[in-house]
Amino acid sequence: MTGIGIAEKTRPQMRRVREREAPWKNPEATAYIRIEGISKKFGDFTAVDDVTLDIYRGEIFCLLGGSGCGKTTLLRMLAGFEAPTGGRICIDGHDMADVPPFKRPVNMMFQSYALFPHMTVEKNVAFGLKQEGMPRNEIAERVGEMLALVKLEEFARRKPHQLSGGQRQRVALARSLIKRPKLLLLDEPLGALDKRLREHTQFELVNIQERLGVTFIVVTHDQEEAMTLATRIGVMNHGRIVQVGTPHEIYEFPKTRFTAEFIGNVNMFEGRVIEDEPGHVLIESADLGGRIHVGHGISSAPDAVVWAAVRPEKMILAREPPRERFNAAPGTIREVAYMGDVSIYVVQLDSGKAVRVTQPNTRRHADGAFTWDDRAWVCWHESSAVVVME
Amino acid sequence: MVRTLRLLQRRFGITGRHLVIAVPSVWLLLFFLIPFLIVLEISFAHTRLGAPPYTPLWEWTSEHALHLALSAANYLFIARESLYLDAFLSSIKVAFISTFFCLLVAYPMAYGIARSSARWRNTLLLLVVLPFWTSFLVRVYAWIGLLRNNGLINNVLMALGLIHEPLVMMQTDFAMYIGIVYSYLPFMILPLYSNLEKHDDTLLEAAVNLGATPFKAFLQITLPLSLPGMIAGSMLVFIPAVGEFVIPRLLGGNNTLMIGRVLWDEFFNNRNWPQASAVAMTLLLVLVLPIMIFQRYQAREAGA
Repeated sequence: MTGIGIAEKTRPQMRRVREREAPWKNPEATAYIRIEGISKKFGDFTAVDDVTLDIYRGEIFCLLGGSGCGKTTLLRMLAGFEAPTGGRICIDGHDMADVPPFKRPVNMMFQSYALFPHMTVEKNVAFGLKQEGMPRNEIAERVGEMLALVKLEEFARRKPHQLSGGQRQRVALARSLIKRPKLLLLDEPLGALDKRLREHTQFELVNIQERLGVTFIVVTHDQEEAMTLATRIGVMNHGRIVQVGTPHEIYEFPKTRFTAEFIGNVNMFEGRVIEDEPGHVLIESADLGGRIHVGHGISSAPDAVVWAAVRPEKMILAREPPRERFNAAPGTIREVAYMGDVSIYVVQLDSGKAVRVTQPNTRRHADGAFTWDDRAWVCWHESSAVVVME
Repeated sequence: MVRTLRLLQRRFGITGRHLVIAVPSVWLLLFFLIPFLIVLEISFAHTRLGAPPYTPLWEWTSEHALHLALSAANYLFIARESLYLDAFLSSIKVAFISTFFCLLVAYPMAYGIARSSARWRNTLLLLVVLPFWTSFLVRVYAWIGLLRNNGLINNVLMALGLIHEPLVMMQTDFAMYIGIVYSYLPFMILPLYSNLEKHDDTLLEAAVNLGATPFKAFLQITLPLSLPGMIAGSMLVFIPAVGEFVIPRLLGGNNTLMIGRVLWDEFFNNRNWPQASAVAMTLLLVLVLPIMIFQRYQAREAGA
């Protein structure tokens, strides 16, 4: 997992999207895509289970989940390749139930790119316009503009197998944007690219999205990709949407264990609620070997089993025990990984549980730093932990 | 074994790869190249009475002189005699029409098999190959049983009252084409199937997603991508169909001129081996041309 510090990364390209008024918080705003109680069963297997989602114009909405969680099936239902077994999809107020895939106002970028191998780049990009019967000179003009946008002018006459992976990805993008769709579906758009190219392409995707004002729905299993691209993320598990929120909300306020563990690294402490007040919760945790004080109220049954989730970068390593008698436990340092900007410590608490702690390396000199087999106290502030349910 | 191989490699530079290639090479040399050269030789000879029924190409006239007698007369005769040209043209026409109908019938079948579920696919393929388990001649004779005046088809049609007099189908071009298309159908289906089966369905989804109806997607994606399969199948049907002799003889009319029949007559009735060999050589030349065009097409596709 490489989730450390993603939420803190600054992304100038993204700021405009985020600073815009979030339509999902505005009760007046109408959703551009309404997914109402959509289900899809393949025989006995339920791929998508009663999913309801509102997606707004201009969003980059990421469906995030592991393989087999139903995210691709949901995308394919939006494109019309699969018929839902229950529920309704409306795009811009129109029910899509009886609209065949070739008439939907939706284009898709396939994971495998699905470029036509017998056609040149130009012909591939022109394909969508040709189906509309657009005059040839107009097609040529639009294709030229689109190839300029993805910087592929000089490759117009090449065939797909003469291109690199990154170039193919751009052809696929150009082809799916040529009809100026209001909604673009992207299935693992960066999955086939190497790491360097991915980062570059992510920003390019966002730029193009903003320039053309298209709504993106992106399917991905890569949490980092979702975090950097999305205005909002829908986390999926076993065919259900587990949580919907901005990257920040998903990372800092996960509602379930699944979300907390799927995105970034997290330390989970199982425990029993012993005090549940509006302002705070007190949890008795055998995992920690002590009590956890969380600075927000939850609504739970007394004696309920819950988990306190604490991100590694929100924990502190100390030589001395803190003043409070909660949110702290002594342990022995078992592993140290020096990453440059941060160091990662694996601390085995006296309760037996291994905890991951990330500490920023604020000083250049390493004297006095923690090392293997040191005794240390792991502690955190009462606002750092989140209580999550199963 | 390994030691022998190692020895061979050290002493003579012969590797296992060479040995593997050697087997088919020797086979082709013995059973294709040498007979081919013999036919080529005979085609330049004159006919004569005796055994063998043709003049030798070279003879030692005296002790130190080799007399070489190459005769182009047989080829000139083919060029002059309109019978041969007519037979060639007629054969090519028959082969062309047969190939066309084979393609027309085979494409939907191959497409259907390629699109069927994995459970059915092998059964369907088996059904395509199944006729090969019966002798070719038996199958052609079976068609006679179906097509003749008091055959199954006529009897059924008359019993149903659709016709009052039997349709004359035997000894017609119609029967001949049925026979050829039926016999060569598997050779068209199999290469087409092996091409269609490899197609990536997401390409069709992409086309449909971009606004093509399923039929237009088929025309613009599946059809052009299956061209290599169509060409391979057409070659496999066209080439033997040009030389086809049995089916036109059994099912076709007497006036259907086929080069295979001319060859047979020349060889067995006229006992003119050199002339027959020259016809065979010319036929080969006619057939090598489309093969070379195909090869070039394939090379271009691969290199493009």
